[in-house]
Amino acid sequence: MTHDTAHSGETVGRDLIKYKFWYLAFSALVIVPGLIALVGFGLKTSIDFTGGSVLKFSRPVDAWDTAVVRQLVIDRGVEVSSLTVGEGGQSISVRTRPIDVNTNAELVAAVVAASPADTHQTSFETVGPSIGGETAKKSLTAFGVACLGIVLYIAYAFKNVPKPYSGVRFGLSAILAMLHDALVVVGVFAILGHYTGVEIDPMFITALLTIIGFSVHDTIVVFDRIRENLGRFKGKPFDWIANYSILETMRRSLATSATVAITLSALFVFGGASIKWFVLALLVGVISGTYSSIFNATPILVLWEGYLAKKN
Amino acid sequence: MSKDYLRLGVIGGLFCLAVLVAMPAVPLKIPQVGVSTTVGGYFIRLFNDRLVVDLRDVKRGLDLQGGVKLVLRADMTKLADPDKAKALESTREIISRRVDFLGVTEPKITTVTTGDEYRLEVEIPGIADVKTAVDAIGQTAQLRFKTLPPELEWSQANFADYYQNPDLWVDSGISGADLRGADVTFAQGTSLQDKTTPQIELKFTAEGRKKFSELAKANVGRPVALFLDESTLPISMPVISQDLATGLTGDPVINGSFDMKSARALSLQIRAGALPVPISILQQQTIGATLGAESVQKSLKAGVIGLGLVMLFMLALYGRLGLIADFGLLLYTALVLSIFKLVPVTLTLPGIAGFILSIGMAVDASILAFERIREEISWGKPRTIALKLGFDRSWNSIKDSNISSLITAGVLFYFGSGMVRGFAVTLAIGIGVSLFTNIFVVRTVLRTLGKF
Repeated sequence: MTHDTAHSGETVGRDLIKYKFWYLAFSALVIVPGLIALVGFGLKTSIDFTGGSVLKFSRPVDAWDTAVVRQLVIDRGVEVSSLTVGEGGQSISVRTRPIDVNTNAELVAAVVAASPADTHQTSFETVGPSIGGETAKKSLTAFGVACLGIVLYIAYAFKNVPKPYSGVRFGLSAILAMLHDALVVVGVFAILGHYTGVEIDPMFITALLTIIGFSVHDTIVVFDRIRENLGRFKGKPFDWIANYSILETMRRSLATSATVAITLSALFVFGGASIKWFVLALLVGVISGTYSSIFNATPILVLWEGYLAKKN
Repeated sequence: MSKDYLRLGVIGGLFCLAVLVAMPAVPLKIPQVGVSTTVGGYFIRLFNDRLVVDLRDVKRGLDLQGGVKLVLRADMTKLADPDKAKALESTREIISRRVDFLGVTEPKITTVTTGDEYRLEVEIPGIADVKTAVDAIGQTAQLRFKTLPPELEWSQANFADYYQNPDLWVDSGISGADLRGADVTFAQGTSLQDKTTPQIELKFTAEGRKKFSELAKANVGRPVALFLDESTLPISMPVISQDLATGLTGDPVINGSFDMKSARALSLQIRAGALPVPISILQQQTIGATLGAESVQKSLKAGVIGLGLVMLFMLALYGRLGLIADFGLLLYTALVLSIFKLVPVTLTLPGIAGFILSIGMAVDASILAFERIREEISWGKPRTIALKLGFDRSWNSIKDSNISSLITAGVLFYFGSGMVRGFAVTLAIGIGVSLFTNIFVVRTVLRTLGKF
């Protein structure tokens, strides 16, 4: 590789790395409420993971009276685990233990009989308890495998980092930033789940996995530049090089995330209701991923390398 | 230089081809030259129908069409290991036949085997009521064995009269539930003709065997008709032969002038009345069709708006360079859509979301390259050299960052099912195509146009 040294004497613009503790503090400020919600409220998981049935009804006039519907269902010997009335009050979603089609038909008849004309069932979904547990296990495995795959790849991709720096530390810093993004999204959805009833479903897991891919994507752009600059500016301190690299790559980090955020925002605003939360999870993840690649991954790496340098 | 022009030609050709494949049928009328035809939306048959390519529409998943999805578990506990795969396959065939009776287009039935679990995923588009589907699939006794009442005379001469009058027949009480299956076998005889003439062997349950034995004793020399509920004519009408006068010894066979094809068809029909293993429903889902149609409209709108905004963004940030990236993005969109049609990829709502998301990611590599070019120029490199260096030196970041996204897409595809897979596939296709449009197309166009 040839390197340009003509400008290596240049003074760098702003010193961003100086504020590294503030960036980490800001992340904590975002993550901690989510964690509290996660521990306090737990995650609201969909029937895909727990097993159960969801019956949805819709009617053109009048809002639903949840107490009436609940009683109708209980009268037929079916436990109700939750009842949610949709926006505008014209749709209602009833979640129960797993029931079969015949019980569903009975419930539909009962609800329709007790409602104004044109009331109908819009959807019926049942997941057996065994398949639910299996989906949950599979999701966790997928998350683990994706993380492991990415760690291995980064360790491989950064194996040529000049001594005394190490590719493993680059990789692990990227992973920490990635976990940051996962925590932000999970925390946001723990809060949303408690206040708006949004459920964690397989699509949320999909969003989460996509986000960790994205997060690393952004981080790699910065780290790649740090690696390059380590060769170009031999003798300069690590934090100076890291800062210089962040400044150099800032524009592209922001631009690449902006285009993704643009399409996701278009989907969130104009797209259908059924993928709204999926898109929101991605959007939160992309924003968090951009922040963490600049303000978490690199500061962590600087702190780590700095600590090791001091020790030696 | 001429090599670059050749590449430019290839890119232009590819663009036109992709647009032609991706577009729906559009009427083309040019009265001045007397042209009146349609462009796009092709249906191609080649090599004596051995290759049929339907490019009229993208395949739409269940969530976009509305319909019913069932996950069934086949209970294999009573079968020996080697028989399980075969039993699952024949269960699939039978259920597929039952679903066909619903008269819907393109139902999808797939077998899923994970460890000790044997499952069938049934997707039936176009029906709104899950009970209809469950009833159609769950029936175990569609096949009925009927006999003629004793007062009716029987001779081979009036075969047609009885065959065409299902009302004359009386139910014998034997149904598909008494049957374990039906196989095509060959006769035990010694002559060549015996050994090459296929026959259908009926495999009864212990209970069914008893019942059929009684039926045979009472009807020697008289016919028994096999009716499937949905058919008005018997699917088969064999005459009970003399050797059954004392009841059953082995498994009864239906023989006659069968060839392999007709014997197999009949055994399939008989089997359609009997599932080899008990099935239970693990998961069921109905999706309203209106919801799907509405979602497609909305997603398309979101996609067009997203595409427009990204193009404006690139133009605002990179000027003329951005214009070339925008061309790359249009080519990208056309290419991805034509791949969806060619493969074909079944589009689901998350799949569409994955595609729209990938539009935002598609300019990624361009941005990385453009920024690098900008830097190289600011470091005092002449433009033409900066241009080459920009692409060469950004390749590392582009490669590494896209591979991490591909890893997650791969994991999603491997562990996910249905919707999740749909998303993973469109995302992966998007990443692959965007690498091509950025590295090959944008780069070549830039190099050929030279100045920017």
